[in-house]
Amino acid sequence: MKPINEMKVQFPSRSVNERLARSVVSAFAAGLDPTLDELADLRTAVSEAVTNCIVHAYPDSIGKISLQLRLFTDGRLSVKITDWGVGIDDIKQAMTPLYTSGGEDRAGLGFSVMESFCDRVRVRSKAGHGTTVTLDKYILSRHTEAV
Amino acid sequence: MTIQTTRSEDTLTVHLTGELDHHSAAGWRSAIDREAICCHPKRLVLDFSDVTFMDSSGIGLVMGRYKLMRSWGGDLRLGGLSPRLRQMMSLAGIDRLPVWEEGENHETY
Ligand SMILES: Nc1ncnc2c1ncn2[C@@H]1O[C@H](COP(=O)(O)OP(=O)(O)OP(=O)(O)O)[C@@H](O)[C@H]1O
Ligand SMILES: [Mg+2]
Repeated sequence: MKPINEMKVQFPSRSVNERLARSVVSAFAAGLDPTLDELADLRTAVSEAVTNCIVHAYPDSIGKISLQLRLFTDGRLSVKITDWGVGIDDIKQAMTPLYTSGGEDRAGLGFSVMESFCDRVRVRSKAGHGTTVTLDKYILSRHTEAV
Repeated sequence: MTIQTTRSEDTLTVHLTGELDHHSAAGWRSAIDREAICCHPKRLVLDFSDVTFMDSSGIGLVMGRYKLMRSWGGDLRLGGLSPRLRQMMSLAGIDRLPVWEEGENHETY
């Protein structure tokens, strides 16, 4: 399926850009007239994935993060977050609720939040090379009425 | 992000305003801990009614403050959580801890 709209941005892994990433997603999704809940779901899931790049992928350095957004005719919004950081050895373990390799202020719930707020979460990673997280969410509510 | 703290008798109340993400959480954490560690209040109340966004960094903040308060036998109360924030807290099992403010309606999911 070909996207009907798409965009891609890149930014350094600085924590101020967590907010920037949320704003980009809001702006991109606005054309779909999402409900406030759908928008909050998306913003939260993207915030989780981008924060993971900042905290885990590049723990002691600043690297680049790519955020790719695509919209399809069936109302599916697909968000791909890519980093070229440390990668994940064991994806299954990483996605287990409450698992964290981080310090005491991490809950280990980022992936759980992504999964509860999106229709699909896919993770591809290679240790030493980086990670790609793809979040899919259907914005159906008003979209279907509009077509 | 702003923070406002008030202290009365044994209770430290912290009113959080703004977006709670990894970027803002560090500042909030140190502000809360500074106040809490100096005076060991019996109760810490975190008021979320003006938190406009929260991700799992907020869950981590709450879990960490719960442990801190328990370390001297104090307790933590959460107030002003929207159904969305409450749903997120439940991912961590926080909804099963005795942290709800009196008068908060547990049924409003
Ligand atoms: N982009 C990434 N690069 C490398 N490791 C990652 C990445 N994303 C996640 N991880 C690994 O997966 C674990 C789980 O991630 P998750 O977001 O669920 O929890 P967390 O980030 O540790 O805590 P929280 O999100 O609750 O603050 C992380 O602790 C980390 O080990
Ligand atoms: Mg995380």
